[in-house]
Amino acid sequence: MEQLHVGLTHFLIVSALLFGLGLFAIVTRKNAIMILMGIELVLNAANINFIAFSKYGKTIEGLPNLDGQAIAIFVIILAAAEAVIALAIILNIYNNFKTVNADEIDSLKE
Amino acid sequence: MNYYDVIFYVFAILTIVSAGIVVFSKNIVYSAFSLLFTLSGVAGIYVLLNADFIAITQLLLYVGGILVLVIFGVMLTTNMTSVELTSQTLKVLPATLVVAIVSALLVSTMLTTKWNQGEPKYYETTISELGGLILTKYLLPFEIVSIVLLAAMMGAAFFARKS
Amino acid sequence: MLVTISLIILFLPLLSFLVQIFFGKKLPRQGDWLATSLLFVALFLSFFVFFSTGANDRVVGTVSWIDFKDTPVLGSFKIDLGIVIDNLSAIMLVVVCMISSLSHLFSIKYMEGDPKYSKYYAYLGIFSFSMLGIVLTNNLFLMYIFWELVGISSYILIGFWYEKPGPQYASKKAFIVNRIGDVGFFTGILIIYITLRTFNFTDIFAGIAAGKLTGGWLTAAGILVFCGAVGKSAQFPLHVWLPDAMEGPTPVSALIHAATMVAAGVYLVTRVFVMMTADALMVIATIGMITTFISATIAITQNDIKKVLAYSTVSQLGYMIMALGVGAYTAGFFHLVTHAAFKACLFLGAGSVIIALHHEQDIRQMGGLRNKMKITYYTFLMATLAISGVPLTSGFLSKDSILAGTMAFASLRGGINYIFPVVGFFVAGLTAFYMFRLVLLTFHGEPRNKEKYEHAHESPKVVTIPLIILAIFSFFAFYSVNPIDANTGWFAKYVTAPKTVVPVEQRFAYEQEAVEESVFVEEIHHFHYPAMGLSLFVAGAGILLAFAFYKWNKFSADAVVEKIRPLYNFSLNKWYFDDFYDGIIVAGLLKFTQALKWFDNTIIDGAVNGAAYITEKAATGSGKFDNSFVDGLVNLVGSFVMFFGLIFRKIQTGRIQTYLAYVLFGIIIFYFIFRAL
Repeated sequence: MEQLHVGLTHFLIVSALLFGLGLFAIVTRKNAIMILMGIELVLNAANINFIAFSKYGKTIEGLPNLDGQAIAIFVIILAAAEAVIALAIILNIYNNFKTVNADEIDSLKE
Repeated sequence: MNYYDVIFYVFAILTIVSAGIVVFSKNIVYSAFSLLFTLSGVAGIYVLLNADFIAITQLLLYVGGILVLVIFGVMLTTNMTSVELTSQTLKVLPATLVVAIVSALLVSTMLTTKWNQGEPKYYETTISELGGLILTKYLLPFEIVSIVLLAAMMGAAFFARKS
Repeated sequence: MLVTISLIILFLPLLSFLVQIFFGKKLPRQGDWLATSLLFVALFLSFFVFFSTGANDRVVGTVSWIDFKDTPVLGSFKIDLGIVIDNLSAIMLVVVCMISSLSHLFSIKYMEGDPKYSKYYAYLGIFSFSMLGIVLTNNLFLMYIFWELVGISSYILIGFWYEKPGPQYASKKAFIVNRIGDVGFFTGILIIYITLRTFNFTDIFAGIAAGKLTGGWLTAAGILVFCGAVGKSAQFPLHVWLPDAMEGPTPVSALIHAATMVAAGVYLVTRVFVMMTADALMVIATIGMITTFISATIAITQNDIKKVLAYSTVSQLGYMIMALGVGAYTAGFFHLVTHAAFKACLFLGAGSVIIALHHEQDIRQMGGLRNKMKITYYTFLMATLAISGVPLTSGFLSKDSILAGTMAFASLRGGINYIFPVVGFFVAGLTAFYMFRLVLLTFHGEPRNKEKYEHAHESPKVVTIPLIILAIFSFFAFYSVNPIDANTGWFAKYVTAPKTVVPVEQRFAYEQEAVEESVFVEEIHHFHYPAMGLSLFVAGAGILLAFAFYKWNKFSADAVVEKIRPLYNFSLNKWYFDDFYDGIIVAGLLKFTQALKWFDNTIIDGAVNGAAYITEKAATGSGKFDNSFVDGLVNLVGSFVMFFGLIFRKIQTGRIQTYLAYVLFGIIIFYFIFRAL
């Protein structure tokens, strides 16, 4: 029963599983938007990690330890920027190639 | 067992299951909507971790912004032909295997490592502390991030032009 | 001053050659007037030189050509080139220029219409230049150079009509036979140079007088230098080229092979006369005697007008050489000069006849021409009288002197040496006989070829003027006011025998004491009148015999021929000399070359071809090995690479997701590595 009490490791496991699923989506899926969703999952997993350590990590006594959360903010912002650009690119690709399958966008290939 | 744990498990399972649906679903629209639940689950986990501001930010940005954009993209680019996993098992199997092993390793690392843990500190709100941090310790990243956003906007505007 | 003029004389014909050779075709009338007038200018200048030179004058002009102070074997090596003008060269200048200019004049008609007309005059020019060079030099080296030049000019001129096989053969024969003599000449020059270290005549004679070259070597040097004369003057055994040289144009025969080039040999002997030992002189006299006998016997049976004259020339040259051999220096040289005039006249007269009969040369086709060609006939007759030794001609005086010389020699030495005068008189008779046979058959009697006779007519002035001039010079008066005794004439005083420089023990017995007036010359005076009487007798006999056979038809020539058919054939076929040479020497040489050729073709080429064959086979084998084995290896390696390449190619999918999987795989590996550490 002690194990079931939520501690740091539980959060870490959640984040690890999320990370794995996100990785799987990136490596396996053909649709570019699916890949993008996988990236978002990975980023979110990383965020969970940061914030978990922000709460449970060791601190110097007396000083606040919100570094993890600050980093998480930045991650979210960057994720947003990146998603915007990615979607713009994907839309352009869709306009040009009429498909967003990563396999089929190969006009650079001989 | 207290409420804290139960709520945690609920949100965790929600998140993971939704992520599973996102990844394994054959229909991309199902994946997109399932991503909504995933992100919301993650926001709940943030709350449990005393990161209230982050949770709200998550909901606003991720769910309200990015997810909406993703659904835009899905709707605009889908050919009504459903997306499938690559049919060639040869290509899928090694990837699956590799990812599974990586995940397993990660999990085992998480479990076996002795983490340096300290007493968790409780804040009423984190927002004022965060604001202080942003403006002192993380000032430079803050400015740079704004420039990144500017660049992203310009890039997106460039992409959207009539060419 | 004389040197300058002599050099001008020397180079005028060279100038004619250069102009003719380069511009001849473009000049009006192809330049014959230019060449002829240049030679006449040279003639005029040569007269000037002649009249300016006294009997004992000697003008020398030299220039140093090579002067090496220190060479490996020889030490100091010095060659000076120079000319000398003394009595001998002055007379020869006149002779050469006169005959050459008259031949030029004659050729205007004879060579009319020939396609290589301008070149002909060019070659005459280079020949005249070379001959004048021989006459003028004062050293053996330069003389040898001009000697060879004359040989080449003769080759070119004999083979002037080289499109025909006869001239081709004759010119080669002339040059090769000449070369054989020249080898001896060159060896003699070498002997002289090695011992005396100079080419200059005066220095050579001084050296011999000082005793630096004696004994067998001196005799050998003399005989070897004489070899050059044997070749050039057509003496036995190298006389075979002269009759064949008649293939050339008749003016060429007149100039080269009657009057000048063949006289170069005689001139050489007179120049080096003082260095001849008694043994050398005996050799010279003997060869001269043999020559004159052989060729006279051949001349009586020949039927080509030019061949008769050719053999007659050989015979007369034998006379000159014999005269020099017995010591009758003045007589020999005298005969050289007179012979030049009347033999050239004879040849040009023959040329006139040949033109008139449209290039017919067989006397059996001629006859009765004296009515049609009066000038030719009378000049020809005059020259024939000269060569036969009839009084009031120049030939009478010169032949007489020679015969007197042989008689003196015989009486001084006795015994076997009487063969010289005997042969001399016999040949004199033969000469008269065959020359008058020629005249009678050509100009007298009934024409045997009616058609040719009809078309014959006298030749134009350019032909007859030289004939007249030469006939005039065959008259006695130019050489001696006294028609009987030439010794009082200016010639005898002009050309006297020089004192020999040979060591005492190597001279003839009667010369071994140094006396003021040579014993030999005394003897000649004794024998002068007996010789004259005897020569008149034999000449008369010969002429009568000729008339008997051919004019009065007392004896039939054919009957005599039948009786002595073997002898006749022997004479007609030139004593089978040519056949002998061809059969033995030429054929032997050819066999040798055949053997060498076989050797080269079979053995050497066989070796080369064999080597090539082996190389080729080796190359083929190596090639096959290369193709199959080595290429096989290479191909095997290539196929390995391709096989693995095909396998490994699959890694590159081009999809980023695959690469991401690889990255993750790498992360797993790293994890385990770092865990183990």
